[in-house]
Amino acid sequence: MSSATDTAHHGHDHHHAPPYGITRWLFTTNHKDLGVLYMSFGLLMFFIGGAMAMIIRAELFQPGLNLVDPYFFNQMTTMHALVMIFGAVMPALTGLANWLVPVQIGAPDMALPRVNNWAFWLLPAGFVLLLATLFMPGGAPASGWTMYPPLVLMLGDSFPFLIFAVHILGISSIMGSINIAVTILNMRAPGMTLMKMPLFVWTWLITAFLMIAVMPVLAGAVTMLLTDQYFGTSFFNAAGGGDPVMFQHIFWFFGHPEVYILILPAFGIVSAILPTFARKPLFGYSSMVYATASIAFLSFIVWAHHMFTVGLPLAGQLFFMYATMLVAVPTGVKIFNWMATMWRGSMTFETPMLFSIAFVLLFTVGGLSGVMLALAPVDLQYHDTYFVVAHFHYVLVTGTIFAIMAAVYYWLPKWTGHMYDEKLGKIHFWVSVISVNVLFFPQHFLGLAGMPRRIPDYALQFAEFNMISSIGGFVFGFAQLLFVWIIIKCVRGGEKVTDQVWEGAQGLEWTLPSPAPYHTFETPPVVK
Amino acid sequence: MTSKMLVRALTAVGLIGLLSTAAAAPGESGWRQPWGLNLPEGVTSLSRLSYDLHMLVFYIVCVIAAIVFIGIFYSMWKFRKSAGAKPAHFHHNTTVEVIWTVIPFLILLGISIPATQTMIKMEDTTDYEMTVKVTGYQWMWEYEYLDEDISFFSRMDPDSQLARQRNPEISPREVEHYLLDVDNPLVVPIDKKIRFLLTANDVIHSWWVPELGWKKDTIPGFINEAWARIEEPGVYRGQCAELCGRDHAFMPVVVIALEQEEYEDWVAEQNGEAAAVGDEPAEADIDDVAEEELEDMSEDELMTLGEQVYNSQCLACHRAEGEGMAGFPALDGNEMVTGDVSAVNDVIINGVSGTAMQAFGGRLDDREIAAVVTYIRNAWGNDAGDLVQPSEVRDAR
Amino acid sequence: MSHETTSKRHTKTVTKLLLVTVGMFGFGFALVPLYDVICDITGLNGVVNLQAADHDGATVDEDRTVTVEFIATVNGNRPWTFKPEVRRMEVTPGELHTVTFRTTNGQSEDTVSQIVPSVAPGLAGRHFRKTECFCFTEQPFEAGENRDMSVTFFIDSRIDERTNTVTLSYTLFDLGAGDDPDFDPEDAELHANTR
Repeated sequence: MSSATDTAHHGHDHHHAPPYGITRWLFTTNHKDLGVLYMSFGLLMFFIGGAMAMIIRAELFQPGLNLVDPYFFNQMTTMHALVMIFGAVMPALTGLANWLVPVQIGAPDMALPRVNNWAFWLLPAGFVLLLATLFMPGGAPASGWTMYPPLVLMLGDSFPFLIFAVHILGISSIMGSINIAVTILNMRAPGMTLMKMPLFVWTWLITAFLMIAVMPVLAGAVTMLLTDQYFGTSFFNAAGGGDPVMFQHIFWFFGHPEVYILILPAFGIVSAILPTFARKPLFGYSSMVYATASIAFLSFIVWAHHMFTVGLPLAGQLFFMYATMLVAVPTGVKIFNWMATMWRGSMTFETPMLFSIAFVLLFTVGGLSGVMLALAPVDLQYHDTYFVVAHFHYVLVTGTIFAIMAAVYYWLPKWTGHMYDEKLGKIHFWVSVISVNVLFFPQHFLGLAGMPRRIPDYALQFAEFNMISSIGGFVFGFAQLLFVWIIIKCVRGGEKVTDQVWEGAQGLEWTLPSPAPYHTFETPPVVK
Repeated sequence: MTSKMLVRALTAVGLIGLLSTAAAAPGESGWRQPWGLNLPEGVTSLSRLSYDLHMLVFYIVCVIAAIVFIGIFYSMWKFRKSAGAKPAHFHHNTTVEVIWTVIPFLILLGISIPATQTMIKMEDTTDYEMTVKVTGYQWMWEYEYLDEDISFFSRMDPDSQLARQRNPEISPREVEHYLLDVDNPLVVPIDKKIRFLLTANDVIHSWWVPELGWKKDTIPGFINEAWARIEEPGVYRGQCAELCGRDHAFMPVVVIALEQEEYEDWVAEQNGEAAAVGDEPAEADIDDVAEEELEDMSEDELMTLGEQVYNSQCLACHRAEGEGMAGFPALDGNEMVTGDVSAVNDVIINGVSGTAMQAFGGRLDDREIAAVVTYIRNAWGNDAGDLVQPSEVRDAR
Repeated sequence: MSHETTSKRHTKTVTKLLLVTVGMFGFGFALVPLYDVICDITGLNGVVNLQAADHDGATVDEDRTVTVEFIATVNGNRPWTFKPEVRRMEVTPGELHTVTFRTTNGQSEDTVSQIVPSVAPGLAGRHFRKTECFCFTEQPFEAGENRDMSVTFFIDSRIDERTNTVTLSYTLFDLGAGDDPDFDPEDAELHANTR
């Protein structure tokens, strides 16, 4: 450990301490600075998207149109999804990759530092375009984040903003993922073979490939929307020989891998944290890698399970049903591996561990409702109801977001050199985990009892569960302010931590000093 | 107020009169209840099949969830460091890994068999006994009975329209089937295999009645098929399930299933009314009257009917007091509205292309248009002072 | 591992990944013709061939009949009348039949329409063969014009035996006359900023 620390200090002389002031952040090419920028941006967007969710839950608190116009409500559901997916979750995961991938594989920085800077600064540009639509006369996009034509073509002025924002965010993601893929493929320390890489690196490598494969398809789809609207093409216009359902095929060819893009790095995070606090190596490392790769592969052949109601031919429905059910097998392998990792360990329950265990349990809930949704004949009932809303929020909130929070608590001491406030962290966890279930669990019932999604007002029979869900939503929303306070408090000071930080932590990043210096592994460590 | 509303509801839902006289009026299904937790078993063979499949898979996933939850809670308690647990060092066991790959696979294989059988039955639209065409509009449904030459539009009922406004005249909690009632429900016979042909007029909608067991998208320019054989008389309610714009939440579906004889009575009544309108059954509406009856209406008649039409057709966008809202012009104090009558008629009959103002010429008859034009020209602060008669509207068409 | 070789390796990997990116962007567009091919094979969405079919050599299957239903829909809210002359007919696979659709442009202006076919069940789409159809081209209509338009078709005798009904649905789209001479700026302003 000490030798690695020494090499870390023996950097080239022309790199010194980071420059000061705003230019440090504007022009930085340092992977740690960019990681911080990405994550901070993600956190900001998490609150903007969260504010929209609060408006949604407030409107749905009781029957009747209480606060907002239905069209504004549609803007909120649309923007909430776009902001959370492209603004909060993806940047947060990319930020974690920026910070962690180089130090986990023993590289001095990302492979393409200047591309890294550019990829990040495209994000605020894209979101200025997207969020500006909120202040335009016709309002923001209100077609749902899935942008189905012909509805999306009726948006008016916000339409081109939406398309260009998606383009810019797509370019940013592609640049970010090319950078990550090249870093992982080319910059591993000597001895760090692929099958020795930490699972977070593995999941990100696969995620990067998924993004490179599908973000351009999304770009293609929205480009076709743009030319249909302004240049007289008829890709999706039945009158010109096109087909609006074709958009759905192309969109979900992107969209389904996209949801795995959002969850795979979370698998990697949990696979790092569980062994640390169980003080026991990860169970089934290689099967984890293969399971991740199979999930990624399957993600390309299941897209039409989002479209069972559009009138696919029988053979198509059956094929997509079988393929979707297959996804449960590698996903199950992962869950059982995590259980086996905890089995006969020696567990302590610090905040990152609590979030990770909650991840495994609640992701299982989301995964199992996914198995139900895979069944085409019953999906004709579930489709576009709150059952689906509950499903994907279990996967994305108690799944990905919980994993990101676990990661922040886990690596924050390494980043800042200080231990976060464990007591506040535990409060944050317990309030979040209880309120998030109050928020989303009743939505299963609402969906089964017949409540469609994306509606601002509902029949009286849904009043009770909606009110419960809204209360859970408000508590969950405000509990996240505590998260910000814990981070600020930890950055400003706190108990000094050791280099290893956690008793059971393994891996190259824990050989670095805490806080990790600005430049690390300029001389690559040797991995045995 | 209440009695006025009752009258309004009765006239709008012309069917209620028929139903109240029928010996065995179909009742509400008991499924839609507060605190409802589960899918309905439904009233068709398909809905029962899919309900059984749903429950089967639900129990299976509950067992799996229980295994995962108990396993994790048990190890959290048993292998906690504070109890002195010492970590083992195993990290691999081929046998168990094969087991937990193969067993889930076999379970899925088992589920896929009934799922496949159900799916095949759902797609089998052959040997149907009647056909109903469903067309989705922003934001209502049109039903056409292909064998009976009956067709009509089905919109959310006026009470729900009033109650769903911000600061509404009546509270949503006072409306019996808030957001789930329509003016003209789809009436079908029981024990007949009904084939539904689904398409849309503008954007994609999705026609869904949970008790029939499915929803199906209606796509402009394309036709979709589905079927149902309803086994029990009753009133079955549903909603549009695909985001279709501003009023997506406000286009309910109501299906009333009747015994065959009652259904035939209903058809006869519809045809009687439709015949009176001449050869335009497509525009037969319960309020339609024969052309020769286009007599002048009194101010009271015009204003009363006008208010009804306004509340069901215009209020959603132009608001209760004609004040309009972002994107929808105010009618109150609007000089165009109180100006040239023929311009107003034209806008209502033909719509304004390139805007959200739709053409109502096909949906409203001459009396209704005359009434609503009279109403908007004289309601609120507007005071054009003149009446518009049905004959003027007919000339304007 | 010198700097030069590292940057060469980066260039190589980046180039490959960029090629994948460009390729996948192209793939998104390639899905369009691919989709048509798949639709043609699977009858997805009842997409129907818009080229005239050749009736020569079609075999007649005397042993069965298929019910053909006709559905007409007007898209949008323009005042058109568009109806089939008959609701349904019994046909023998392989025999030619003609159906007329009564069409009226109820607007006081000239316009152009495009009529789009769709067939249910979807799988029957490619066995529904049209030798002549008003849907092959755009149809101009004068203001108030009333016209009977016809389609001549046969059902391919290779159609699935279990299919006893085929629904032919036409949707009429009003494409407008281009520059609308009746465009009223006042109306447009009245409804400005609508969705």
